[in-house]
Amino acid sequence: MEAPIRAREALGFILFSLLFSICRSSSLNHLLISNAERRIDLSSHIVKVYLTLKVENAGSTPTSEVFLSFPPTQVDHLATVEALVTKGKRKKTTLVRLDVKPTELPDAPNDAKYFAIYLANPLKSGESTTLEVLYLLTHSQEPFPAEIAQSESQLVYYRDSVLILSPYHIKQQTTFIKTPSTKVESFTRVEPSNRAGTEIKYGPYEDHPPYSFSPILIHFENNSPFAVVEELVREVEISHWGNLQVTEQYTLVHAGARHKGVFSRVDFQSRPTLNGASSLRYLLARLPPRVHSVYYRDEIGNISSSHLRTDSRKSELEIEPRYPLFGGWKATFVIGYGLPLQDFLFETSDDRRYLNFTFGCPLLETVVDKLTIKVVLPEGSKDPSAVVPFPVEQHLETKYSYLDVVGRTVVVMEKKNLVPTHNSHFQVYYTFKPIFMLAEPLMLASAFFLFFVACVAYLHIDLSIRK
Amino acid sequence: MAAPETSTAAVPTLYTNNTLRNAFGGVLSFFILLLIGVMAFSIRLFSVIKYESVIHEFDPYFNYRVTQFLAKNGIYEFWNWFDDRTWYPLGRVIGGTVYPGLTLTAGTIWWLLNSLNIPLSVETVCVFTAPIFSAFASWATYLLTKEVKGTGAGLTAAALLAMVPSYISRSVAGSYDNEAVAIFALIFTFYLYIKTLNTGSLFYATLNSISYFYMVCSWGGYTFIINLIPMHVLLCIVTGRFSSRLFIAYAPLVVLGTLLAALVPVVGFNAVMTSEHFASFLVFIIIHVVAFVYFIKGILSPKMFKVAVTLVVSVGLAVCCAVIAVLIALVASSPTKGWSGRSLSLLDPTYASKYIPIIASVSEHQPPTWPSYFMDINVLAFLVPAGIIACFLPLSDASSFVVLYIATSVYFSGVMVRLMLVLAPAACITSGIALSQAFDVFTGSIKFQLSGASSNTEVDAAETSSSTAESQTDAVKTEKPEETAKNRPSRKSKKKEREHGEKPSTKAKAEKKRLLALPLESSVISLLLLVLLGAFYVVHCVWAAAEAYSAPSIVLTSRSHDGLHVFDDFREAYAWLRHNTDVDDKVASWWDYGYQTTAMANRTVIVDNNTWNNTHIATVGTAMSSPERAAWEIFHSLDVKYVLVVFGGLVGYPSDDINKFLWMVRIGGGVFPHIKEPDYLRDGQYRIDSQATPTMLNCLMYKLSYYRFVETDGKGFDRVRQTEIGKKYFKLTHFEEAFTTHHWMVRIYKLKPPKNRIRGKTKKSKSKTSSTTSSPKRSGTKKKNPWQ
Repeated sequence: MEAPIRAREALGFILFSLLFSICRSSSLNHLLISNAERRIDLSSHIVKVYLTLKVENAGSTPTSEVFLSFPPTQVDHLATVEALVTKGKRKKTTLVRLDVKPTELPDAPNDAKYFAIYLANPLKSGESTTLEVLYLLTHSQEPFPAEIAQSESQLVYYRDSVLILSPYHIKQQTTFIKTPSTKVESFTRVEPSNRAGTEIKYGPYEDHPPYSFSPILIHFENNSPFAVVEELVREVEISHWGNLQVTEQYTLVHAGARHKGVFSRVDFQSRPTLNGASSLRYLLARLPPRVHSVYYRDEIGNISSSHLRTDSRKSELEIEPRYPLFGGWKATFVIGYGLPLQDFLFETSDDRRYLNFTFGCPLLETVVDKLTIKVVLPEGSKDPSAVVPFPVEQHLETKYSYLDVVGRTVVVMEKKNLVPTHNSHFQVYYTFKPIFMLAEPLMLASAFFLFFVACVAYLHIDLSIRK
Repeated sequence: MAAPETSTAAVPTLYTNNTLRNAFGGVLSFFILLLIGVMAFSIRLFSVIKYESVIHEFDPYFNYRVTQFLAKNGIYEFWNWFDDRTWYPLGRVIGGTVYPGLTLTAGTIWWLLNSLNIPLSVETVCVFTAPIFSAFASWATYLLTKEVKGTGAGLTAAALLAMVPSYISRSVAGSYDNEAVAIFALIFTFYLYIKTLNTGSLFYATLNSISYFYMVCSWGGYTFIINLIPMHVLLCIVTGRFSSRLFIAYAPLVVLGTLLAALVPVVGFNAVMTSEHFASFLVFIIIHVVAFVYFIKGILSPKMFKVAVTLVVSVGLAVCCAVIAVLIALVASSPTKGWSGRSLSLLDPTYASKYIPIIASVSEHQPPTWPSYFMDINVLAFLVPAGIIACFLPLSDASSFVVLYIATSVYFSGVMVRLMLVLAPAACITSGIALSQAFDVFTGSIKFQLSGASSNTEVDAAETSSSTAESQTDAVKTEKPEETAKNRPSRKSKKKEREHGEKPSTKAKAEKKRLLALPLESSVISLLLLVLLGAFYVVHCVWAAAEAYSAPSIVLTSRSHDGLHVFDDFREAYAWLRHNTDVDDKVASWWDYGYQTTAMANRTVIVDNNTWNNTHIATVGTAMSSPERAAWEIFHSLDVKYVLVVFGGLVGYPSDDINKFLWMVRIGGGVFPHIKEPDYLRDGQYRIDSQATPTMLNCLMYKLSYYRFVETDGKGFDRVRQTEIGKKYFKLTHFEEAFTTHHWMVRIYKLKPPKNRIRGKTKKSKSKTSSTTSSPKRSGTKKKNPWQ
């Protein structure tokens, strides 16, 4: 318990030394958080944090930016930050999504990183508003022990601060932490705190100055498989003959506690609940409806253990890797499927076409470390541009496929650290003249024609020297 | 199928309707050939449709891996490729020890497709190489048979070959093995030889050498060609059929062919050094002597010739004796008398089982059983004798070659079941000839009987339209060089020359034919029976292609009451090895799984299916048949980290390691005499139940196979051996289970690190075997015999 206190003192000292500079930055000091409630959901390996902030403008000037701050260790694992604001009075409350962007503040203590929430209407002096913030953390549960045998269950550490790191003064705050099971080995006690069932409650804590920090460590059982896709390459190929072909290449790894020692199939088969509780046996991929010609294979051939269930709204593909994945084990595979083009390709009013497709990984409850989406436009398309709801790296490539002459334009988008909430739609706009569709059939036809002409010519010419 | 379609060259007539008819016949036979090609391709796709587009079995995986390397690194890297993933720690020079024909073919196809922007994967190209080349092979059969007996026989033979089960077994989609292209090369080389023999054209002789070169590149079976053709040449000379055409057909082949063959790294100087090739050189000398004699005979008067003969014979005999003595001395100086083990086991079928267990252990090197003949060539087995008789009516150079081909290949197929593949084309050719001749006779007599009474002129027309009848008359006169041009592709100038010479012969033939005509009813019935026979053949072939030969053997399926059950354990294990072991880990297994492990798991193996080093294989065999500790020492000395065994006892997969185990003992015992086969047998019987010998129950293979097996059903009932296992509860001290697949078909064990050996175990080993375990570590890597 001493270490956190010392840390808090150190932080406090830094804060005092930085007091002047913070005072100079205008919008920070006149906002304060009157009430903060944080719910941390640790039930899967993706940490979901729901933050309810009641922000009050205590200053004199209206402001439209609210800053969230994160310690640098968390920022690296931060997959997404979303903010909503409740609108309306009492009964007719609606939630409005707000823009959230990473920003820099000039005098951030200890390399704290910031996200700015842009309010739709500036918060006038004396007013208050309630913000709902959701952020997701990946790779934030550290297995301890780092190596487990087949029959052991997986225990993990989760580290966080019991006080919400914030550039604002927080009057009152509470933190609820939900663990996947009641089996909690230990947790840091910061009074008042108590544990009931799968929930640990910290707080309420009153009146903490900006950048207060109090680290906690929770050691608990988490047997949910840590399915991490290290690299995912999705290739979406548009054919104007009516098909959208999607090919997804996965490198899957179980990022939980590493498997140690023997793998005994007889134990695994006869006592599945006790043995390999944290192993990854199957994955569920949610594919668009009307999916057809689905395949699931790896570099050495088809994998026969998969099931496809389709209905009118969605298709579910249940896939089993060739072998159950224990901690540290890897597998690679490819999923491919075709989709009817009319569900995804539309025309704009100015004669451009656009593809509307989901961005993220179709597997449920998985983290994707690196995602590359390649949209292969048909040969002859021009002026491609992509619209993605979050920042991605983009560049263009050229791909040569069946009988291409000039090559197809490929819009490549890359993003790191994705979670299922990134499965929103993106659009790729381009122009395309339908005449290009006929290029390849015409080319083939003319090639055959020339071949037959050559044959006819050869048969009619007597090339012999002797007559 | 055997419709007497006329080749355009065969019918001499100026009438326009007849030329139209010829053109129609040509177009029809072209389309028939096209359809035969399509059929040959598509009948081999059962494996892709029923299973998946995947490489089959063992050797194809190696070829696939080599092709991948070629596609990735290019031809020069390929020639210099030293593969350190196999035969650890020896490695293997792939570029110099592999027949590159198949790989280069598929690599070229892949490169060509990709340069046309058709992005097929190397795997796809490899999978479909064999069906494509079997279409080529059936076209080559057409050409060859056409040279021998005309178009009708050619088409029939091509259709038969397109679906002969023996060839299908080696060339289904995915069966990416040397034989896939080699059979095409074989038939095509024979065709070009016959073509040269019929035309005497140097152009074809050169093509023949190139085709022979392709065959040498493709398959070790090229020695069949280089022995069969000399035999035929010798036969021709002995039967007084020597001609300049024969000389042109043979001499360039030997000279050019040998030079080209020596270019292939794997053959190299073997092309002139080994006994397999000596026959060709001997015949090469003989044909020159004979040619010289004919030449001298031509310029000398008969009296002078006699004198010359006596002179030459006396001198020549002396020289020959000297040469032969040198040859014999050379041959005798090599231990195997200059013959490779596989060739020797061909000449002496009992050789392999006596001396080389590693050759005998391969199932495809066993002699075939009678049912396998029926399975593999079906009704052709009955048609072949008829075809041979047809070849003798009349005997030409070309047909004598076919007779010789079928005779030798029947012998070879009787020695090794694998060489049934060489028999298949010969059987198809002879059966095609037989069927076509029979159809000719029957349709001819039906025609004659239907219209015979009316007029003779019509008979003439019927006669002349039969190309085979035509070739018979021509064959009588084959001695004349002008007539030999008859089979050349139609050129207007040639056609006119022959128009005159034909007329008298057709009339004489009409008379003859009238006598040969059969009664109407019997010929109709016989025709129906023949069609029935053909239909039976087709049904059998389709069944064989669909059911018997399409299984890729890495995926197994079984049908039970609740549907199709897939056993994909091999790939499960290989995928596990690929992703969850270190890249440089060494995996030991019996050599059968070597190629698959390197190709699918990408891990270094100790031995693989290229069984070039018997000692190394014997070392692995010894380890598998040794008790745990001794095995651990051997494996540890080889840097092995994982041991892979195939176990079928849980699901009843019969070709598992326990069933192969006696071969491991035999091969191991062949090099390391402390492994004795009788130790593993109880009263000469191989068993793993409670009656089994203690040596058997304590050997590594038994332990790795049955480790914790008893916990599955409580009894330890082995479904392959249909018995309860002998030793049920035991622990492993030097190995630990690393992975077992879903149906237990592949079990992978990890060697425990040597730390465990030092503690506590030293006493036991000392008391057991005092001298043996003391020095194996040092000599282990050198691998002569760590046990002496």
